[in-house]
Parts: sequence; structure tokens; C-alpha cells
Amino acid sequence: MEDVIKNYSADFMQLKNTKENDWFSKQRQSAFDIFQESGFPNTRVEDWKYTDVKPIAKNTFSNITESNVASDNNEIDEILIKDLDCVNLVFINGTYSEKYSDIKNISSKIVIKSMADALINDESLLKKHLTKHINQELNSFTALNTAFIQDGAYINISANTNIDKPINITYISRDSNHPFATHPRNLIVMGENSNATVIENYVGSGKVNYFTNSVTETVLLQGAVLKHYKIQQEGSSAFHIASLNTSQSKDSRFESHLVSIGGALVRNNINASLNEEGAEIIMNGLYMTEDVQHVDNHTRVDHLKPHTQSHQNYRGVLNGKSRGVFNGKVVVHPQAQKIEAYQNNANLLLSDDAEIDTKPELEIYADDVKCTHGATVGQLDDDMLFYLRSRAVDEKTARSLLTYAFADEVISEINIKEIQNKLERLIIGRLPDSSLIREYV
Amino acid sequence: MLNIKDLYTAVENKKILEGLNLSIKAGEVHAIMGPNGSGKSTLANILAGRDGYQVTKGSVSYQDKNLLDLSPEERAREGVFLAFQYPVEIPGVNNIYLLKAALNAIRKHKGESELDAMEFMTLVKEKMKLVQMNEDLLSRSVNQGFSGGEKKRNEVFQMTILEPKLAILDETDSGLDIDALKIVANGVNSLRNDERAFIVVTHYQRLLDYIKPDYVHVLGNGKIIKSGGPELAIELEEKGYDWIN
Repeated sequence: MEDVIKNYSADFMQLKNTKENDWFSKQRQSAFDIFQESGFPNTRVEDWKYTDVKPIAKNTFSNITESNVASDNNEIDEILIKDLDCVNLVFINGTYSEKYSDIKNISSKIVIKSMADALINDESLLKKHLTKHINQELNSFTALNTAFIQDGAYINISANTNIDKPINITYISRDSNHPFATHPRNLIVMGENSNATVIENYVGSGKVNYFTNSVTETVLLQGAVLKHYKIQQEGSSAFHIASLNTSQSKDSRFESHLVSIGGALVRNNINASLNEEGAEIIMNGLYMTEDVQHVDNHTRVDHLKPHTQSHQNYRGVLNGKSRGVFNGKVVVHPQAQKIEAYQNNANLLLSDDAEIDTKPELEIYADDVKCTHGATVGQLDDDMLFYLRSRAVDEKTARSLLTYAFADEVISEINIKEIQNKLERLIIGRLPDSSLIREYV
Repeated sequence: MLNIKDLYTAVENKKILEGLNLSIKAGEVHAIMGPNGSGKSTLANILAGRDGYQVTKGSVSYQDKNLLDLSPEERAREGVFLAFQYPVEIPGVNNIYLLKAALNAIRKHKGESELDAMEFMTLVKEKMKLVQMNEDLLSRSVNQGFSGGEKKRNEVFQMTILEPKLAILDETDSGLDIDALKIVANGVNSLRNDERAFIVVTHYQRLLDYIKPDYVHVLGNGKIIKSGGPELAIELEEKGYDWIN
């Protein structure tokens, strides 16, 4: 472990030297100190019980992002969401790509820019928000991210402003001559009664050995509405650790839709803090795994005030020797009366060797609340299978179709047609015998 | 068309059918009646190929093939259709896409050309009227959110589209009010011809007022204990099942 930290230390020194008089350097240093002290978590830590991050720890990644990594138009076209009229921010191997991004012609009430730019030019606003909306005690991955912030997206929507076009943030990881880590940092500030849609899309190719360690902070002021989509399609040998943190004021509404299909070792964290009355969060998630993938979904919702609501619905489809984890915790604090919390996790195991560890948890310190939680693990329904087969559908097709239908329950909640279509194509591509079901969907 | 000889079956070692014999020719309608637990639904499920039933003795031939050797989907393609007693809801699988794929799989099997979307929709519109199916039910997931009556009507609607050779109706009348019953019967009657056979499994004589059977069989203790014409159903309605034993 010592050696590993040494590598991060060397990179940190290098980064620090280039940003010596930076207003943020003190915070970098204290975050790095936390990381250095705690190191990577091990499986004796309750929060990491089912996910062993040794494969990440034993790698030596370069943490200093390169600029000017080449890409080509075809590749980018393939990745961006066709037909969706949106504001594109593209990052290649962690660095903002001006060439492929398009953030011009945006209203003056909206700020959309790279974090690298914002760190230099938006000091006062960043000082107010950056690192201030991490709800949980700083864990080592978040600390590592903070220490190494180099780029990401900064979005600030003024009060009473709607942005109709979705903001599509794409992180592409492509070939490099050495293993590398990126530490994307996104900050989304939603003014009172503002409304926006943000997509975070993580894409990589299979051969590349890399580690994405991303952190997103969102703050929703009174009455703000943010729809957040995360698509995780990292390369098959990639590591992906990400946390989405939300801090919500009165009557704000956050919608989170997660589709996680890529990566070798993945952890999707969501930490939601419902700080004032009427705040509401919806969390939909779909994870699909195969081969020896490991995907851990970790959510925590804090109901701090009365009349707050949280609805979680996570579904998993596990194949091969893969392993999935759902660990969702809802904490209802003492003053938080008359809240509603709903939590559900359903899993489909397609092979005998696949494994799921599911652990929905409720911690309730108020006495007048409405909370439900549940988890199911199962195979395809025999009655449904027989019904389809009795209608001339062969068994393989019927199985594939029912698996699709199970996964699509999450996707069908997405009300932006172009995103829904893209995700449907993505999940169809991941089904066993997917070519068989084209005429049914 | 269908020849069931000395059929014995069990579910989890519990004997259900014990020496059932039944022979059905093209163009005939056979009603199967009998008290609860007499094996009526088992017979329907075995003919359609549901897993979980062991055939311990006997044979079933259908159009000179050993029916028991065929998978459920092969049976469907060969023209066997089961209208389910309890049609299952399948969220996420579209009603109309399923039906189109089913029809084309059957047509392909018969060596007929597949229907394109336009041709299929024309057919759907025509048959929808026959069973008075509500159009927006079609675009939903299979049976999802359908009332009990709508589910049964959807079964018969599918049957009118797929035009099976051997149609098995498993208590299609249960849970239907008299108007729905007439509509369903109308759908079935529209399909009656010299080449098609029906097995109508029912509890009550009521359905047989609208679908006139050629033969009525009473199932008891796992075999047919009495057979007769339509008048047998009326007699059963008056006297119950006990007098047969």
C-alpha cells in the first residue's frame, strides 16, 4: 500500500507545483492529507464490505491529465446522442475538448464551462460551492478527486431560468501509452425555480487500462428541478468510482436515472440530502453485468426535514460470473415527520454463477413516517415464458425478450425520447441473444 | 386430428389424469366439463406443452405427429392454440408486436409469406371489431392493466388472428358477464369451419348455449366418465355431476 500512495504523492507534488498560487491549493492539500492518511478502503469497512478495491490500489496510474489527446469525428459521432438537440461538453482522457464541445450561444443567465476555466475565472462562486455539498464524511476516493481536480463541468443556472436543451457531458477514455486515472469534478448549481437536464456519459474502450474517479456536486435552491442521467459504459477493463451528491432546498425536485453497463470494477454512489420541507428525489437505476464484472450501487438519502420524499427503484440483470451489489440506506432524522421513503431493488440472475448482494436499509428516528423497502432476486417468470412460447416464440427469444422487458421498466421511466432510444439500444446490445428480439421491441 | 390414448399424468408425483381417451376430428367442437380438480385444466396445459407435468403412460398424436415430443412453440407453429384460463401480464412486452411476430412465425412455418406492418394492421382492425377490442389496449404491454374480461377477450382476439387448427379454450367463460360472453362466443363461432377443431373446457353449460358443441365429455377421477351430445350439458346443469357416479 505504501508504494501506491507514493505514486499518488509524486503526482500530487507535480500538480501542486503547477498551481502554487492557486486559491484552491490549500483545499487540495488537506484533501490529499485525508487520502494519504486513510488510504484505500478495505472490505472490513462496512460501506465497502462487498467491494474490494485492491485491483485499483495495486495499479500505478498517472494522475496528471494529458491535453490534446487525439480523437476522431467518427468516434465522437458514435458516442454523442444523435438527434438530441443538446449542449455538448466533451472531455477526452479527463481534459476538456474545445473542438468537440459546443457551449456557445447560451443565454447570459446560464453558465456552462469547463472546471479548468471556472477554477481560474469563477473563484468567488466556486469558493461558495465547490466541496461544500459533499454530504458524507470525505471518503478516500472523494478526497483523492478533490486533491486532483483538473477538469470537469461547471454549470450554474440563474433563478427562474429554464434551459430547454439538455446538457450532455461526455467523458471519453481512449488509448494512452500508460495506465491513467482521471478525476472529473462536476459542479451544478441550480438557482431558485430553475430547471435543467444534465447527462453524464462515461465511455471507454475495452483495451485501455484506466481509472475514472469522478465526483459530482449538485445544489438545488428552492423550487429548482434537475433531471440527471448517468450512463456508465466504461471499457471492459476500466475501473469506475463515482459519487453524485445532492443538496436540496425547499420544494426542489431531483431526478436521477442511472444506467450502468460497463467497467470491470464499478461503484456508483449517490448521496442525497433533503435539507428542507418539500424536497423530493427520485432515483432510478439499472445495472447489467456479465463475465466477471463487479458493480456496486450505493445510495444514501438523508431526510432532514418534514414532508420530504424519496423514491428509489433499482434493477439488476446479472449474467456470467459477475457480481452486483445494491446497498441503499435511508436515514429519517428526528424532526423529519410525515416523510415518504420508498426503496426497491429487483434482480434477475441469468446464470448460476452470477451473484447479487442486496441490502436495503432504513434508519428511522421520527415516528410519523411512511417508509417501505424491499428486495427481490429471481429468475425469469415461468408463466410468462410459457405464455410467450405458446404464442410461437422460441425459448431463447422468449428469455431474451423477458430480460429486456425487465430492464426496460427502468428505461421506460425516462421521458426524453432520444435518451430513451439510445439506452434501449444499449441494453438490447447487452442481452443474451439480442439479435432475436428485434421484431418485438 | 387429435388422438389421446390411455393418458396418465402426474404433477410432482400426484396423479391427475388416469387413463384418458379422446379422439377429435377436424371440424368438431368438444366440450370438456367436470367438477373442480377433475383434471380439465391439466389436459389443456398438457396439450399446449406446459412444463411440470409428467406423462407416465399413454400417447397424444396430433396430425400424425407425436404432440408430446414438440416444444410449446413448435405446437403453436403447428396450429395448436391455448386460450389461457389466467392470461399472465407481461410488462414491457408489447401486445401487438408479440402478435405480429407470432403470426409471422406460424406463417413462415407453413411456408406462407410474412405479413408486413400494413397488411398486419389491416387484419388487426378487422378482427378487433369482431371481439370489440378497444384499440388502445393493443398498444399496451401484454395484458397489463387489463380487466379480467379484457384479458379473456384478448385471448380470443389473438385466436382470431392466429387462426389455429386446434383451439383449446380453458374456462374462457369464467369471469365474463353475459354481454362479454356473447362477444367471445361470437369470435369463436366466426372461426368454426371444417378444418378446425375446438376443445372447450368449461364449468358451466352457459357458454355452450352460445358455442354449440358436437360432443360433451365429463371428466372425473382423471378420465372421461361420460360422453354425449349437447343435451348432456343441459342434463348436467340440472342435476350436477354427482348422478354420473
